[in-house]
Amino acid sequence: MTTPTDIIKQSPEDKEKIRTRIQKYVDRWRGVEGNLIMILHDIQEAEGYVPREWSMELAKALDINLGRIYEVLTFYTYFNLKPCGKHAIHVCTGTACHIKGSAKLIDELKTRFGFVVGETTPDRLYSLNEVRCLGACGLAPVARVNHEILAKATPESLVEKIESLEKVNV
Amino acid sequence: MKTIHAKINGIAVEVPAGTTILEAAKKAQVRIPTLCKHPDLKPTAACGLCIVKLKGNPRTFRACTTPIDEGMEVITHDDELVSTRKTVLELILSNHPADCQTCGRNGSCELQKLSADFAMREERIPRHVCDLPKDASTGSIIIDYAKCIKCGRCVQVCQEVQNVWALSFLERGIDTRMAPSGDISLAESPCVRCGQCSAHCPTGAIVENDDTALVWKALHDPNKFCTVQIAPAVRVAIGEEFGLEPGTNLTRKIYAVLRRMGFKAVFDTNFSADLTIMEESAEFVHRFANNGVLPLITTCCPSWVDFMEKYHTDLIPNFSTAKSPQQMMGVMTKTYYAQKQGLDPAKIYQVSIMPCTAKKFELERDTNMQASGYPDVDLSITTREFARMIKQSGIDFLRLDDEEADSILGEYTGAGTIFGATGGVMEAALRTAYYKITGENMPKEAIDIQSVRGLKGVREAEINVDGTKVRVAVAHGLANVEYVMDKVRKARDNGEPLPYHFIEVMACPGGCIGGGGQPYGVTDDIREKRIAGLYQDDRDCKLRFSHENPEVKQAYAEFLGEPLSEKAHHLLHTHYVERPMYQR
Ligand code: SF4
Ligand code: SF4
Ligand code: SF4
Ligand code: FES
Repeated sequence: MTTPTDIIKQSPEDKEKIRTRIQKYVDRWRGVEGNLIMILHDIQEAEGYVPREWSMELAKALDINLGRIYEVLTFYTYFNLKPCGKHAIHVCTGTACHIKGSAKLIDELKTRFGFVVGETTPDRLYSLNEVRCLGACGLAPVARVNHEILAKATPESLVEKIESLEKVNV
Repeated sequence: MKTIHAKINGIAVEVPAGTTILEAAKKAQVRIPTLCKHPDLKPTAACGLCIVKLKGNPRTFRACTTPIDEGMEVITHDDELVSTRKTVLELILSNHPADCQTCGRNGSCELQKLSADFAMREERIPRHVCDLPKDASTGSIIIDYAKCIKCGRCVQVCQEVQNVWALSFLERGIDTRMAPSGDISLAESPCVRCGQCSAHCPTGAIVENDDTALVWKALHDPNKFCTVQIAPAVRVAIGEEFGLEPGTNLTRKIYAVLRRMGFKAVFDTNFSADLTIMEESAEFVHRFANNGVLPLITTCCPSWVDFMEKYHTDLIPNFSTAKSPQQMMGVMTKTYYAQKQGLDPAKIYQVSIMPCTAKKFELERDTNMQASGYPDVDLSITTREFARMIKQSGIDFLRLDDEEADSILGEYTGAGTIFGATGGVMEAALRTAYYKITGENMPKEAIDIQSVRGLKGVREAEINVDGTKVRVAVAHGLANVEYVMDKVRKARDNGEPLPYHFIEVMACPGGCIGGGGQPYGVTDDIREKRIAGLYQDDRDCKLRFSHENPEVKQAYAEFLGEPLSEKAHHLLHTHYVERPMYQR
């Protein structure tokens, strides 16, 4: 995976590769209504996120404006604009979780691990994001670590969960 | 068309089918409050202030988007509606900073005015204001995201009127926000600095970069010899800032106030508009007679030039190399005028007063803008900034005695003054091209070239020049350019005859009179009045052909030689390059 800075330095060959792959997706969805979303979906599946460079090439391929692509990309929370860490951590900040102390969870992750909301750690292991509602208000405050829901999370239980991740995976 | 009969607050109205309740209400002398709707634009139904009730229906409807129907009985004002509107306004204000005193729209903000009208006195909902930093990257306009009420006007203008797509909405629901091209800075986006977003924004979320303090600083610097030029479109609009009708021509009072402010020489961009015509028409006649690259496309508008360099690069050879009147005036001041007056050009400081935010950007767009060895123009301010300076100065502007511009770069013809209106550059160029081709002036009754005038987005005409048909097109509002350029491309690619020989493009709807730096609140009605002011000025001029301007003739005789001479090329022309649409 390339970081955003790498993208800018991309060589003409890399660009050509992106172009060829995009053309493949474009051909795949040619004539289908809503093809922009399907193509973006394909890109995210393959790359893990939708890099800006890809969006730019796609704009050219479809002859639409980059602004339009970003309207779509940001409308659906499904799309990632930045590379994600190996472990995705989401803390719910919906009303119920907020009242039950989700801010404390985030603060703990910030001070303990140096995580930044909306960012991936430099070692690419963890990314931390806030979500508006995970739809589990009865279990507030809720966090999601990868695909696992952590009910009635405390700073301690969340830290413990995160610390266990790499040990398990080693 | 079918006529609809309905009632607004019990008053009977008759309107064509398809009319919105908002428009129909006007027929009954009823004004429904609006915030997001702008007369130039399609309704976005974003704010909710225009809600009305229909008799027998428990729901409320948005007047800006709901068409009126046969037999409808509309209620626009009752206790419940007024109090809901007040709540809507309270909610908007709860996400808006409370710093009106230091805001660029203080006194002209639509949100501020509504708050005053609705007597908003207390803050019941705690304020929560977004903390995104301002974007001042372009130097022309400043975006203050905290003040954005998400009405969508700027996005619609940038996408649909200008077809630039620098701005779009990101995310959705409560998180929706306006941002340049997927969150890059405006300067890195395709923004062409036209300022139409700022002209349409109801609040202080997009304003011009105010440079007035820099002008005062220069004026108070004893080592600077301050000179100034005033653009055609400014004279017929500035009166609006002082309560006069749009279109009131204040040229001679502007000269007077500038001199009182301390400018040592007061010039008129209309002079350099005449000079531009000399160069551009020579270029046109040369290409026309020698099978050169045609159509020739005008380049007085820096936003259009920037747009072309990003979006229409294949047509770069068609662009006139003539600089804009602003730049020509600057370079002539620092060379010809300096020499004549025995002044050191290094000490000359030139300010331009323009209807335009893009003119700030043009000053530094490339090194050709310093052909004299110094910046052609040092600082550019908009009409709005100029009006502010007059108010700061304490000079009773409207009561000043009329004065004249300074000589050698001050005299103008009617052809120069109409530059400010869409179609004006074309008309002025045709008047002089006709003379160059035939050796005679157009017959008197043909001088007003009606076919290129008006507010239609694209105007096509055929002008008879001594038996030869010259085909021309005029487009304003960048979205209208596409049609014209595609026609040119199609003919070129198919080897068909040229659809046009000459094309004029102005980025702003209406041309510079509708520029992004003009007094707020422009509508087509106001555009028409400003345009009428310029055509009146044209008719009032003794001379109406650029080639008859005595000071222009003198400048060629004493300094420039001929149009397109080597010196003229060096000082008055430039070139164009392909530029990336996105810098990131
Ligand atoms: S200045 Fe013009 S191009 Fe730039 S964002 Fe505003 S409307 Fe769009
Ligand atoms: S910047 Fe101004 S015009 Fe654009 S959405 Fe915000 S308030 Fe409306
Ligand atoms: S039309 Fe006139 S005011 Fe508008 S951007 Fe062009 S030069 Fe500036
Ligand atoms: S004016 Fe109708 S919703 Fe804003």
